[in-house]
Amino acid sequence: MILRRPFFWIILLIAAGFIYAPLHGNNVSLREDLILIAIAIILASNLNLMIGYTGYVNFGHIVFYGLGGYVGLYLTTVRGWNLVLAALVAGVVVSVCGFLFGLAILRLRGAYFALATIGILQAVQAFVSNFDPWGRSTGMYLSFASYQPLGGARRALWITYFLIIAVMALSMILSLAIKNSKFGLGLFAIREDEDAAVVLGVNATLYKAIIYSVSAFLPAVAGALMFFKNGMIDPSIAFEYMLSLEGIVMLMLGGQGSVIGAALGGTLYEKLRSYLLTSPVLSNFHLVIAGGLLLMVVLFAPGGLIGWLYRWVPRSRKVIE
Amino acid sequence: MSALLEVRGVSKRFGGLVAVSDVSFSIAEGEILGLIGPNGAGKTTLFNIVNGVYKADQGSITFAEKDITRYSPDQVVHLGLARTHQIVKPLNDLTVLDNVTVGACFGREYLDMAAARKVASEVLQQVGLGDRADMMARSLTIAGKKRLEVARALAAKPKLLLLDEVLAGLNPTEVATMIELVRKIRDSGISVLMIEHLMQAIMSLSNRIVVLNLGRKLAEGQPDEVVHNSDVVEAYLGFPDIVDKLTRTD
Repeated sequence: MILRRPFFWIILLIAAGFIYAPLHGNNVSLREDLILIAIAIILASNLNLMIGYTGYVNFGHIVFYGLGGYVGLYLTTVRGWNLVLAALVAGVVVSVCGFLFGLAILRLRGAYFALATIGILQAVQAFVSNFDPWGRSTGMYLSFASYQPLGGARRALWITYFLIIAVMALSMILSLAIKNSKFGLGLFAIREDEDAAVVLGVNATLYKAIIYSVSAFLPAVAGALMFFKNGMIDPSIAFEYMLSLEGIVMLMLGGQGSVIGAALGGTLYEKLRSYLLTSPVLSNFHLVIAGGLLLMVVLFAPGGLIGWLYRWVPRSRKVIE
Repeated sequence: MSALLEVRGVSKRFGGLVAVSDVSFSIAEGEILGLIGPNGAGKTTLFNIVNGVYKADQGSITFAEKDITRYSPDQVVHLGLARTHQIVKPLNDLTVLDNVTVGACFGREYLDMAAARKVASEVLQQVGLGDRADMMARSLTIAGKKRLEVARALAAKPKLLLLDEVLAGLNPTEVATMIELVRKIRDSGISVLMIEHLMQAIMSLSNRIVVLNLGRKLAEGQPDEVVHNSDVVEAYLGFPDIVDKLTRTD
């Protein structure tokens, strides 16, 4: 079914491009650029499942990424697990946590839900900062030996990169599959009018908890891979509140509710941010720009780039997902 | 004769306000039951209790021989009890077709997407929205949105349909087509419970009428019986002999 969607093949092409470009000529600096873009796309795409599809703004989405990083690094370093297995288990563990958090806070709506997601982020960060097995506030370091099973550090970094690109492609495919499913239609109904959706037969409580949990899975896997690649983790970088907010900016910029919109927003914002961060004049100025950008988008193009396109070329709705 | 819906001694209070008090009635299969009463009589509250939006404080509700008193609205729909809203609730940023597809997907038959789309297009034809399937729901007129409410409920393939003032705010032509539609729905074997203020409509459509006033059942019976009931006249117009009294010249 999903194989017949042209968009599915476009996603695979994008992923192939991400893999081919840095491999060609062994361009490590390009790889490091692309890895940040891939992470941005993963975060924005999965956040889109909550904000764009279900209409629930999650300010603490980064908690999944950070927790995934911790579980992944703990399993690979302390327990000596294989990277792929550790990342998958991290995804499952964090999804289960997400489901439980979801049942607890998804009774809330609108601004109250959004506030509760910040609470979850703070609570988890506080817990991890005091959790002895995970090194409290100093965090954990990867032992160099962990790279050995993957054939040394150089190869390990490439393998991690490919895995992250795979997670990026899966994020977009997941968004596409949900968008075209009955489950997705139920989520859209909840977004438009939750009371009406329930009266039409949608089990909103369950659907919301499921999507909250699903939106946790791939970011957690990505977190496990990314912190393995970085070789260290501590609570302040794992649960970086700014990154959580920037995820929302990416989504708003590209166009919430759209698969390509989330990916486009992630790419553009990440490009802009790396430019601003490295430019000597504008360093540390990027958050001002992000705030301004968000304001402009909300005021003048509430549907983001894709929403703007839909408005001026209504037929594009059918082609661009 | 087995009743399709049986409401027994249902009460609901909001703080100090008794919105519905000890109301009982039943609906047979293939029947149109009209529910009338002055503003604030508790009609919509009663609907909300029947379809599970509110939980009754007392009493029980049986639908198709199942006790649904504690059911949530989505469970009630799966059993085949669908409703429309007095204040329309279109899913604005979805197309008209998608709106109705939601009804078919999560209704009594729990259809998959492909089958639901088919049912949705059929229902849209039936209610006369066939040519507007690809429009966004927000751009429909109020009459269109009322039909959309009916279409979504019908797509759930209900056994019983609750219609909450589907005629309010429509012009006479639209009223006539909507009345025709309700009649067709009944003829297709779906029982209907309808709240309506438009007396001609409810008189011509209903097999029986239940009158509510201040949360209590005031009267029940054939349409012409009910409108000549002195309690009902009093509830609507005040003291029944008021005209006589005012015009008396002694």
